[in-house]
Amino acid sequence: MHLADMSVAGIGFAADLAGALYWDAERLLVVSDLHLEKGSSFATRGVLLPPHDTAETLARLAAVIARHRPRRVIALGDSFHDSGAHGRLSARDRAALSALQDNRDWIWIAGNHDPDLPRDLGGAVADEVAIGPITFRHAPTGAEGEIAGHLHPKARVSRRGRAVERRCFASDGARAVMPSFGAYTGGLSIRDRAFAAIFRSLEFTAHVLGDRRMHTIAAERCC
Amino acid sequence: MPKFHAVTPESSDSPDLPEILTRWFARRGWAPRAHQLALLAKARAGRSALLIAPTGAGKTLAGFLPTLVELSTTSRLVAGAGRATGKGLHTLYISPLKALAVDIARNLEAPIAEMGLPIKVETRTGDTPVSRRQRQRRYPPDILLTTPEQLALLLASDDAPFLFGSLRRIVLDELHALVTSKRGDLLSLGLSRLWRIAPELRAIGLSATVAEPESLARFLVPQLSPAAATKGDSGAAADIVVAGGAAAPVVEMLDTRERLPWAGHSARHALGEIYDLIRRNRTTLVFVNTRSQAEMLFQDLWRINDDSLAIALHHGSLDVAQRRKVEQAMTQGRLRGVVCTSSLDLGVDWGDVDLVVNVGAPKGASRLMQRIGRANHRLDEASRAVLVPANRFEVLECRVAIDAVNENAQDTPPLRLGALDVLAQHVLGCACGAPFLADDLYAEVRRAAPYADLSRAGFDDVVAFVATGGYALKSYERFARIRQDKEGRWRVANPKVRQSYRLNVGTIVEESMLKVRLVRSRQGSKIGGSGSTGAIARGGRLLGEIEEYFIEGLVAGDTFVFGGEIVRYEALVEDQVYVSRANDADAKVPSYTGGKFPLSTYLAARVRGLLADQHAWTGLPDQVREWLSLQSCFSRVPGAREMVVETFPRADKHYLVCYPFEGRLAHQTLGMLLTRRLERARARPLGFVANEYALAVWSLGDVSAMIRQGRLDLDALFDPDMLGDDLEAWLAESALMKRTFRNCAIISGLIPRRFTGEEKSRRQVLFSTDLVYDVLRKHQPDHVLLRAARADAATGLLDLRRLGDMLARIGGRITHKELDRVSPLAVPVMLEIGREAVYGEASDELLAEAAEDLVREAMGT
Repeated sequence: MHLADMSVAGIGFAADLAGALYWDAERLLVVSDLHLEKGSSFATRGVLLPPHDTAETLARLAAVIARHRPRRVIALGDSFHDSGAHGRLSARDRAALSALQDNRDWIWIAGNHDPDLPRDLGGAVADEVAIGPITFRHAPTGAEGEIAGHLHPKARVSRRGRAVERRCFASDGARAVMPSFGAYTGGLSIRDRAFAAIFRSLEFTAHVLGDRRMHTIAAERCC
Repeated sequence: MPKFHAVTPESSDSPDLPEILTRWFARRGWAPRAHQLALLAKARAGRSALLIAPTGAGKTLAGFLPTLVELSTTSRLVAGAGRATGKGLHTLYISPLKALAVDIARNLEAPIAEMGLPIKVETRTGDTPVSRRQRQRRYPPDILLTTPEQLALLLASDDAPFLFGSLRRIVLDELHALVTSKRGDLLSLGLSRLWRIAPELRAIGLSATVAEPESLARFLVPQLSPAAATKGDSGAAADIVVAGGAAAPVVEMLDTRERLPWAGHSARHALGEIYDLIRRNRTTLVFVNTRSQAEMLFQDLWRINDDSLAIALHHGSLDVAQRRKVEQAMTQGRLRGVVCTSSLDLGVDWGDVDLVVNVGAPKGASRLMQRIGRANHRLDEASRAVLVPANRFEVLECRVAIDAVNENAQDTPPLRLGALDVLAQHVLGCACGAPFLADDLYAEVRRAAPYADLSRAGFDDVVAFVATGGYALKSYERFARIRQDKEGRWRVANPKVRQSYRLNVGTIVEESMLKVRLVRSRQGSKIGGSGSTGAIARGGRLLGEIEEYFIEGLVAGDTFVFGGEIVRYEALVEDQVYVSRANDADAKVPSYTGGKFPLSTYLAARVRGLLADQHAWTGLPDQVREWLSLQSCFSRVPGAREMVVETFPRADKHYLVCYPFEGRLAHQTLGMLLTRRLERARARPLGFVANEYALAVWSLGDVSAMIRQGRLDLDALFDPDMLGDDLEAWLAESALMKRTFRNCAIISGLIPRRFTGEEKSRRQVLFSTDLVYDVLRKHQPDHVLLRAARADAATGLLDLRRLGDMLARIGGRITHKELDRVSPLAVPVMLEIGREAVYGEASDELLAEAAEDLVREAMGT
């Protein structure tokens, strides 16, 4: 129940309730938009959000990694909320991150929030990664076979005067946009015109992260 | 405002009054009233005082009389102004409404001019132009009329010592209304600051009748330190002056000729009778409890308005210009009737109203009396009011409310404990004004009555929160908003902090509102859903504003009542909601979200008492008596302290109905918690509805059989321990709790208003207080903001305290009735199913339903 099948360009993926994507054949786990240190980023501007978001995000990441035991992890961009973010990581969070990277390949893909990733983090840094028919990059272009993040898709469903809004994967079988993973990341409705630009119609599907299970809902049914 | 009505002089001449005032009274043919002179005597004796008086007693003149006397006799009147002469304010007047401040100023200026007194009166509200605000700081008037928020702003400025150093009097109007909210907390802290700046300051509180005048009187004077209090010094309350002489109101219940509805809040059955009352009187105020009720009733009245009576609508969500138009027509006596909500509850004078009609439940005895008072502009004339119950339960509530009014029994809520989020705002404000020592500020804060019992640890937590967020991790020291200097005084870290304080001051967190515009329908067009479509005509007539969360529950094509008509939801584009006119007779989506105020504990107890006492039923309409008699034959009428639980099957479901009589909010919380427990007991609960009196939960499991076979124990089900772990688990996901937290986060200054408020791209702001709530709850559950939110939840949207009291009350007094079908008493709450939002439905179920659509579509069914 915590996984939903999602196919992109003929490849079968599992969309995980945690907001991560798993490619079993490649033993590859993908997460997008961690936005680590978003809390302290606000603090530098005088908004003292609780500084526990990085610890929370890494704990969630550790849980999903423990579940799938991937050989390789791709962080699909905007892993750090700003260019100073990695420097503000606490010693504990830094150690937690490094423990996650042990014994597996780790690829940081550059995003608009973190275009210049530091080299001292462990793992490789890339602008995009291609594996078979699939290209992983941060900002979606709408190209076929593309898996991207950046937009933080969320879906809203209304029934009988009550609305539920949750993060989701958005996919039309040829391309997909990943939900944001970070504890402090909000979302953008899949009915926003930004998604129309990627999918060119409403013929796409939202794999919605419910409280206890995944739900596959037609974009048309969302509002 | 000042009600200078000719009354029989209570003393032929008033030796207490200076010549100039005596002459002025005489010239007008008026005489000062006893309570006005009493208040003057208190002022002369150097005492603070609380005046309790009904509407129309000349309360405001009483409040200003000491000021007028002092200003007409002292040497303050020597020409010259401003810093040059060192002349600050003499009197501050604080009102909860800026309209009231403006109104009072106008009415004060007249007598001052007539007496030829060189006294300057000015107002300062959010609408006051910047240039005048700046001038006021340099050349303050003698009397400044303002609001609690403006006072906080002035106190946080460098000018505070000059402005308030010579302050002698502060008049707090509508004090009973102010002290029940966080605005009252903010005001109490401001008052405490003023006592430090101007130790000679004396306060006058003006209030309607309240249940506990003694505790209100404590608000007006500095509270003693515990050390002084234990020495037996009990001087920490203002003197109380009670104005007597108001004629008792005449209140009756509409004895309808129509059939009384079982449920609902529209009172449509009595529409003709309400219309008749408007026709037979000069000006009638028709009070209802919610905006949507006002909308509906207004629309219905116009449908039968054959005489074309001038009937208007007034509520807080209408466009301001439209409201002003109604108010103006009202003062000019051009209206025959106004359908209104609590937006007209408070003091502003709307001219001559000769009848108040209260549609629906009165909710509280004091609330009802204040509304009735709106009809009365002469003390010697009785106010007249008619109560129109909208359903059978409301008949009971109206009956006991009328009894309470006749006994003059009050049920205003007890004074609040000061909120920590408001304190945080105040602490930052203090630092913006001048550096402070924690010891001094702690002592100062505790002189404010709501904070008299604040612990030092609690205070220190708040200061730490203001400084660096108060987090377990010490990583924010370098981002501190306030810092200690070498002498240990807390100072603002940088000028930006001052600026952000000024932008965020105040304790009113507006619901996020969207503008509603009327356009032509585009029904039939293919573009569905909301979002960024360009297919509808932009612009359109502005109907008013509506809560964002209401719109979020709608899909295009849903109909609801707004602006007095039934409209169809078309689309949401940025912050504009586009609707078109619908021809439907009934709205599809109910917009009744429950009154803002739950049934008072006092009236609830009286309703239970009335039910339990069969002899008292004689005072009830036949239809209601019959209903209750049926219930006692068929099931059981609850005793005064017992709680009856009925279980019965209906269609393919099993129902559990109980009657706690504790108000909708407490029942909703109870419903959430019961559903969790029933789930654990494998009763497979599906949902519940609550009204003011009862709660109905339905499930797939046969609850009757489970109780019969001992698999479900009702005493255990209703055990107060549900307020432990079950509550904790529910709070983690409760939308109401998240809303409560959001308010605390904003008031405390954690999240700037501009982050949550107005900006156009707000739907794309990648940030939400819900996320902060989740993270904080998990990583630092004892954080000061979570404590503040919990304190709010005890009395606010979750009404936890009341639920706790109820569970304690019914312990061991639950009577179970196993029935084969619905009981007469259960019918009203059962009828709410389908009319009201159903709770208890998990988000996953809702999402699953939407997913089903996809399957159906794929299968071509």
